[in-house]
Amino acid sequence: MSTRRSFISKGSTIAGVLSLSSTAIIALAPARAWALDLESLTTLQGHTLLVLSRHIFPHDTLDSAVYALVVKDLDTLASDPKVATLLIEGIRRLNEVAGGHWLDISPERQLQIVESIAGGEFFEKVRSTAVISLYNNELAFAHFGYGGSSFERGGYLNRGFDDLTWLPSPPDEASPRRSNR
Amino acid sequence: MKKYDNNDSSVVVIIGSGAGGGTLANELCQKGIGVVVLEAGKRQSTSTFINDEWASFEQLAWRDRRTSSGSWRIATDFPNLPAWVCKTVGGSTTHWSGCSLRMREHEFNALSVYGEIDGASLRNWPLSLGELEDFYDRAEDKLGVTRTHGIPGLPGNNNFKVFYNGAKRVGYRDCHTGHIAINSKPRDGRPACQQIGFCSQGCKTGAKWSTLITEIPAAEATGRLDLRSECHVSRIEHDKSGKVTGVVYFDSNGNEQQQLARIVCVAGNAIETPRLLLMSESSQFPDGLANTSGEVGRNYQRHTTGTVYATFDDPVHMYRGATVAGIISAESDHRPERGFAAGYQLETVSVGLPSIASFLEPGGWGRKVTTPIDDYANMAALWIIGEDLPQSENRITLNRSEEDQWGMPVPNVHYDDHANDVAMRNHGFRQGSAIYDAVGAKRIIQSPPFPSSHNMGTCRMSEEPWFGVVNKWGQTHDIPNLFVSDGSQFTTSAAVNPTLTIVALAIRQADWIALRMGRRDI
Repeated sequence: MSTRRSFISKGSTIAGVLSLSSTAIIALAPARAWALDLESLTTLQGHTLLVLSRHIFPHDTLDSAVYALVVKDLDTLASDPKVATLLIEGIRRLNEVAGGHWLDISPERQLQIVESIAGGEFFEKVRSTAVISLYNNELAFAHFGYGGSSFERGGYLNRGFDDLTWLPSPPDEASPRRSNR
Repeated sequence: MKKYDNNDSSVVVIIGSGAGGGTLANELCQKGIGVVVLEAGKRQSTSTFINDEWASFEQLAWRDRRTSSGSWRIATDFPNLPAWVCKTVGGSTTHWSGCSLRMREHEFNALSVYGEIDGASLRNWPLSLGELEDFYDRAEDKLGVTRTHGIPGLPGNNNFKVFYNGAKRVGYRDCHTGHIAINSKPRDGRPACQQIGFCSQGCKTGAKWSTLITEIPAAEATGRLDLRSECHVSRIEHDKSGKVTGVVYFDSNGNEQQQLARIVCVAGNAIETPRLLLMSESSQFPDGLANTSGEVGRNYQRHTTGTVYATFDDPVHMYRGATVAGIISAESDHRPERGFAAGYQLETVSVGLPSIASFLEPGGWGRKVTTPIDDYANMAALWIIGEDLPQSENRITLNRSEEDQWGMPVPNVHYDDHANDVAMRNHGFRQGSAIYDAVGAKRIIQSPPFPSSHNMGTCRMSEEPWFGVVNKWGQTHDIPNLFVSDGSQFTTSAAVNPTLTIVALAIRQADWIALRMGRRDI
């Protein structure tokens, strides 16, 4: 069933180079260049979904490498032919409304078209995937400043659970000193 | 481990192993009574718990299909996840934050103190705070609640520092790190808190009390507990005299089994408990077991909640350390001049990056959602938890158009916000926002409720059998050897996290059951 689609998308890849300003992410990455092989979607479809994800959850300084993780999860979901059809038809509709390639029009015009499809099934599939994929990964943790799993590092008792200094420390009766060190 | 024969009709069968069922099981075993606990979920441990919000959710949460209806936003935002409760040994005590407050006198006497309110089915509890005080004391000792029994409070984290300073500037006199069932120093075989920040994902050190860590191992050590995990009860059976005789369940292999019982105690949380009673309908009890009053499933309460997030110019890192790290109780009085009956608590809460976009503005998108997240590291948060009013039509029913994995009708959870709930939530939003404004918040976001972790009232306690399902001991009015042992018993919801009261009631119920069994009354 997927033979034809696999054939069409064989060798599909989306790729990029980490922005020099993405310092927290560069620290985690083996190299600045990144690439994502797609199984079900074409390169153009992958790029379209990446830009769409950025319109749905816009973080100006968040590297496209992180948005690519949304495309990766959508590509995996698209191994289900129903999802593939939903995504491909949704992209086709974006292009149709744009009167050409939606990717080629101005970001402002792109956003207007996204607003016009908000709440629809295609939009909701991308949004509900992105709302988790975009934020539930180590690159996003590094970018936004979230600590992730902490047990293996002993929690935060000695790693800044109470290191806030821009407000006065509460008195002992409200917040006793830690009793085990 | 102890194994009772399925035809052993001398045992007490408890359905569910959470705050109510797990505590009741241990208390009965300690008194020499044989207990079979049937738990629908799997058994985890501190070594299998996961410091990852979504993976942990899949590991612990009750994800069987449910439906919802009504005017509450949950029906729109999370239609198939009306409640965030657990399906695992230890139940929702694996998920709770440890916040352990006693109900107050006025909350036991809601009808007398608040008066009749249109649309609400308020009643007084058939028991007083005075009757429960000794049991609260035993519960606090069992749980190791901070600031009781000489146990020091926990040290406050950064989220608490913001909360505390804001509270003081707004004029709240009393704000501290709370009464929490998380060890501030080693106690009862549990270590001190390491401020890991994943309290609701099981607590990987075991510093937090749960029935999984404390009650169930203690019960097992007596040699009287037969705990059967991955066993989903589908029906409670009865004889012609109207007494219950045992239960039918699907075991971990999906095979239908029967366990006989002298007494059956239902503690499946306030959605599954009434669902099971309704599913146990028979020709003798066509409306379900213990439902002569018609009250089974009604008066579903879930607390009036909401979250206030605030971002600042400087770092907070709210995810570091205890989830509920501080409490303000000043709004928990009944002061009708505020425009609503009853009261609420303000508690710090933290939400990790992986799930924050799902909760800040459920279903939302665009810069409204992402601009605050850009300041995630500089974000603080607090949670409003208030008494919601019981309403007869807020109820659990069987949705016969949809089936679960066992072919049983799924529960539908219907909830309409009462005007009192809305007024209280808005007041809480204002006060919570004022707290953060007072310490220089850049941006404040008022977010709607999460799926309900506090579920109460669906088999309520009543003096008169026509107003409720169980008496002051949790014994059903209709059937002397059938008990309800979880938050379903609550007559009203009170402005406190329900676990401590559920545990106190379970300790009290165990004393009473043991006494009556000894006298051969049941």
